[in-house]
Amino acid sequence: MMSSGVILLPGLVAAVATAVPLAVVNWHSVLFLLFAAVACACAVAVVLADNVVRMAFYLVLSLASTAGLFFLAGAEFVGAMQLMIYVGGTLVLLVFGVMLTAQAPFVAIKTSAGDRVLAGMVGAALLAVLLQAAFRVESWRRPAMAAVAAPAATPIGMALLGVRVDEPAAGVPAAAVRSGYLLPFEIVSVHLLVVLVGAAYLARAKRRRTPRSIDVAASSVGPVVTAREAARSSASALVSGGGR
Amino acid sequence: MADLLINQLINVVNKLIGRVGLSWLLRVPELPDWLAWSVTAVVTAVLILNVIAGGALVFIWAERKIAARIQDRLGPTRTGGRFGWLQSLADGIKLLAKEDLMPEGADGMLFKLAPYVSFCASFCAFIALPFAFDFVGQRLNVGVFFVVAVLGLEVFGVILAGYASASKWSLFGAMREAAQVVSYEVPLGMCVVVPVMLSGSMDLVTIAEKQSGWISNWYLFHDPFTFVIFWVYVTCAVASVNRAPFDLAEAESELVAGFHTEYSGLRWSFFFMAEYGSMFLVSALAALLFLGGWNGPIPLATLLGLSEGTGDTANYFVRLIGCGNLILKSTLGVLLMMWVRWTLPRLRIDQVMTTCLKYCTPIAAAMFAGAMLWQLAFPGGVVRGLSRPAGEIREGWLEGPGGISAGRGLFEAKPRVVPNGSETPVGQKVNPTVESPVIVKVGS
Repeated sequence: MMSSGVILLPGLVAAVATAVPLAVVNWHSVLFLLFAAVACACAVAVVLADNVVRMAFYLVLSLASTAGLFFLAGAEFVGAMQLMIYVGGTLVLLVFGVMLTAQAPFVAIKTSAGDRVLAGMVGAALLAVLLQAAFRVESWRRPAMAAVAAPAATPIGMALLGVRVDEPAAGVPAAAVRSGYLLPFEIVSVHLLVVLVGAAYLARAKRRRTPRSIDVAASSVGPVVTAREAARSSASALVSGGGR
Repeated sequence: MADLLINQLINVVNKLIGRVGLSWLLRVPELPDWLAWSVTAVVTAVLILNVIAGGALVFIWAERKIAARIQDRLGPTRTGGRFGWLQSLADGIKLLAKEDLMPEGADGMLFKLAPYVSFCASFCAFIALPFAFDFVGQRLNVGVFFVVAVLGLEVFGVILAGYASASKWSLFGAMREAAQVVSYEVPLGMCVVVPVMLSGSMDLVTIAEKQSGWISNWYLFHDPFTFVIFWVYVTCAVASVNRAPFDLAEAESELVAGFHTEYSGLRWSFFFMAEYGSMFLVSALAALLFLGGWNGPIPLATLLGLSEGTGDTANYFVRLIGCGNLILKSTLGVLLMMWVRWTLPRLRIDQVMTTCLKYCTPIAAAMFAGAMLWQLAFPGGVVRGLSRPAGEIREGWLEGPGGISAGRGLFEAKPRVVPNGSETPVGQKVNPTVESPVIVKVGS
């Protein structure tokens, strides 16, 4: 009884597999469409939501779906980067968003009509550029698992150290690609170091002789300054300090 | 003698498998692509879920017993016999039956989703975690990087929970946890980089394989710097999963219960499954990076004669031994965290930040530089005379006629064999004709 069931099972599975038309569907296309749909829907939801934390939540979903697309394409390093930098970065953004805006619970952000028009124009311009680029591609192929023998991060790492170990594309002179990315890598790392030192300088505990921005705001507005005004100016000082 | 015995045993098991009619388990029939994918995905997901949920049951029981013993009590003694084995199960049933409450002013959607976000992050990290040479949900070329990146996302659920609960305690707890986790990711990343540097790969399987052989091949004993940085990793790992003495996010003396103050029932238990899953995960990562992964203190499989040519079943047994080895090491890591939790007092938030920024980060940076210089000066580690160099001893499942390279299709058909001392192969030619019926791995 047991063994006959066990023997029947693979046959049954195979029969179902041949009968169901799903077998002709490109499985990668399904996953691709799934990830792409989630990414697009969540991106729209970011725009439509009016709560800053919900926005961040949708943004994280959208970015994570994009990471899924990268993994689907076999670009594991880029996918992990997407998770680390964009999704993790949104996390920090969220923390600051909550800390700076959550005086009252669930503060709603209302977008003005002018902002909507402006954002729409910028978005439409970007869409036009992207569509033009997309339609310029000569031959589209269906999404498929990338045929990479050994998707390794080593070529990227070696290229960042100034050694190219991968084969140059056909038609490109070998000398043009052999130099690697050492110079840009060093420039970026020095830039980041400067940013770190700057952030530490701005955030250090210090006593100022110059009046604080809250006092400047108070003196410019006059004696009748509401607590709301003071809070707003200090918040803006915080934002500009954090953004640097 | 031992070889003969083992071979007899293997023959018996092979016959047994053939008689019961389970031989199809070892030989997967030709399935269409989409079905093979789905079956593989479901099997892997269910196995990982069992590791997390079953692990949580065992660990919660162990935590109660250990806490009790450290505090000179007995802990659970009645449910399910003398040692209270079934206490976790009883707790689980109680949690299922509990009323599911949501605060009046809460953000309903986020409040309901937050536990699942935490759990998903913990679950996703397990996908890239190898349990034995090819007992891995998805072998990723950048496994370490992926696991660390996803592990950092678990805090997202905590922040959502803290914010959506509309409670001051929850929000305070969530903010503390966010600040803590974001800070501790820096030294944690530095610690993780050292084994990556020594092995020349971010692939967790490769890193563990490079430490095969005797205990002296473990990266923990590679040089003095790796020995120190392992303990920095332990500190940062405990902090990044929010365990005492770093559990400020749920400091009950100040914040009631922190971010999960308003949660009850099944949602609350999801947070705890995520927490215990993450504890297991960082312990397994420590085992893979520093403690040889599935390669034991002694090369058990090689000593037993389970090497080349002993066949599929032998290979499977060897992997099971390795899997048990890794789980044992990870469990020991979790038990260590419990011991620490019930022994040390909780730190203040400024002490937590000081530990991270003034101690862990500089020590990790210095040890990283030291390990780099050591590798330049004495390539190959510190105890070269005592053992064969890392990467030379194989546990027998990599090469050989009966090994994995023969290709059976049940697991990965073509592993990346890392020869002694050489780099990860780069610039290989694309070979699209090689296909296995069950594609477990993306593009490898």
